[in-house]
Amino acid sequence: MTTQTRKLHRSIKPPFRWQRVVLYAVLVAFAVLYLMPVYVLIVTGMKSFTEVSLYQMWDLPKGLHFDSYAKAWFGSEAEGFRGLNVNFMNSVYLTIPATIISAMWGSINGYILAKWKFRGSNVLFPLLLFGMFIPYQSILIPLVQTLQKINLFGVRFYGSIPGLILAHVIYGIPITTLIFRNYYANVPTELIEAARIDGANIFGIYRYVLFPLSLPGFVVVMIWQFTSIWNDFLFAATITSNPEAQPITVGLNNLAGSYIVEWNVQMAGSLIAALPTLLVYILLGRFFLRGLMAGSLKG
Amino acid sequence: MPRLNWERVVSILLIAPAVIAIAVFVYGFIGWTAYASLVKWDKLLPDFTLVGLSNYQKLFANQRFQIDLGNTVVFTVLFLISCLAIGFLLALLLDQQIRGEGIFRSIYLFPMSISFIVTGVVWRWLLNPGSPELGSTGVNLLFDMAGLGFLKTGWYTDPKIGIMAVAIAATWQMSGYTMAMYLAGLRAIPYELREAARVDGASEWQIVRRIILPLLQPVTLSAVIVLGHISLKIYDLIVSMTGPGIGFATDVPAYFMWDTTFRGNHFSRGAAIAIVLLIMVAVLIVPYLVHSIRTEAEL
Repeated sequence: MTTQTRKLHRSIKPPFRWQRVVLYAVLVAFAVLYLMPVYVLIVTGMKSFTEVSLYQMWDLPKGLHFDSYAKAWFGSEAEGFRGLNVNFMNSVYLTIPATIISAMWGSINGYILAKWKFRGSNVLFPLLLFGMFIPYQSILIPLVQTLQKINLFGVRFYGSIPGLILAHVIYGIPITTLIFRNYYANVPTELIEAARIDGANIFGIYRYVLFPLSLPGFVVVMIWQFTSIWNDFLFAATITSNPEAQPITVGLNNLAGSYIVEWNVQMAGSLIAALPTLLVYILLGRFFLRGLMAGSLKG
Repeated sequence: MPRLNWERVVSILLIAPAVIAIAVFVYGFIGWTAYASLVKWDKLLPDFTLVGLSNYQKLFANQRFQIDLGNTVVFTVLFLISCLAIGFLLALLLDQQIRGEGIFRSIYLFPMSISFIVTGVVWRWLLNPGSPELGSTGVNLLFDMAGLGFLKTGWYTDPKIGIMAVAIAATWQMSGYTMAMYLAGLRAIPYELREAARVDGASEWQIVRRIILPLLQPVTLSAVIVLGHISLKIYDLIVSMTGPGIGFATDVPAYFMWDTTFRGNHFSRGAAIAIVLLIMVAVLIVPYLVHSIRTEAEL
């Protein structure tokens, strides 16, 4: 049904006024509830160190102060804790390559599974998908053991960002393949037949037919991977025990678990950690939602 | 479509790296973990003496693990019910030609884009009860300010509430997701169906109960599967919000696994917990996976 006919139906039956008021009141109440933690996050981060008190946490700040953010970002040598700047950059160096590699790889897998079906591909696909639901605890011990043994061209994989990239790329295969497979399955076979008549081979079809159509697919997959890799804690905490290599989630957890770090600095740190994915969500929310839906297999 | 033989080979070669990676890193590693759960490896150096199922026997007799399983049940039930109820309610309300629907939707959904670590840090402070001497903090303080002091509780610091407080934070993060799924489902129900029922004299409540809810059953099933496997695996939120708590009031198997494996070096016990977790998730996921692939194949 189109929105046009929907509106038509609505105009036939005008709603009761008071019902609409209650409706909006409930929606606004829920919105306030959902935004409550954000309010505390922002307000607390902006308070000066003298006015921060747990017992006045709901009060508005008296002025704008960014000391908490500075302290969360740079750390404090005097008080003996590290800032999040190193962790933030580690997350950047981890997330960007891992996202790009897994999107490219997923695109190729999706292409083969959607357009070059082979005997057994219908069995292979669910076996592949199962990998995205497993609790990663069930592969963590061998993963650590394996990464400790890998040493390619002098790059150590255990305790380093390359090791984390490897883990995220491999365990990202199921979801990226799923999204691309469903995306390419919707590309009409006629288009591929036509390219074939024009003499395109397996590479040509991908390069000249599917890849140019792939932008929305890439956006969905890259947002999904960016968000889940940036937000990951389990792999990060297990693989990188060395503070110099730890991503932002581990850095924040250390900051928040320390008794010497003030409450407002923890809040400022939380906002810093949340900002990149929050920005992606605000700017590209539409695609974010599509990735979520694909995650429930309803691509 | 007749295909050249070399292209067949190339297509297999293109999908092979992903298949091998999943075969090794998912299935191989699960096998490795399963093997580790059957040996006597409880210090840093591996000891591969087979001990049969005795690690599992000891595990299920372990009081901490019993508490953890209980916590998982309580958490899962609460988390599922509140996410489904709130998600359905919000979707129903948003489906009433709401002005500013996009804004409301974005507000309800944005917590999804944030890391569980950030959620945990913020909610740890929000549900920090404060103390009788110094005064209330967080939500309790809000209750005081609103004259609802009788609602104050100890939240996660009260062993009787424990894990339920964590479920509140998890619901804040994930209920928008159920809202989005239900909203998509509602939009797929033809408006005429509801209109016809109205003409036949059905009340709005009857329409929801007799028409909308039954038609949305597949959505509910998907939501239960997705939320259910998240709740069985919940780990990050516990780490950043509460830790295992007093008397393991907020402990879960995933936390116990990490703790005993990577802090306690009881690798075999950790592996056994991981396999139990995997079996719980598989019982939930595998039938669903098989079912969705089958229905897709019929189309």
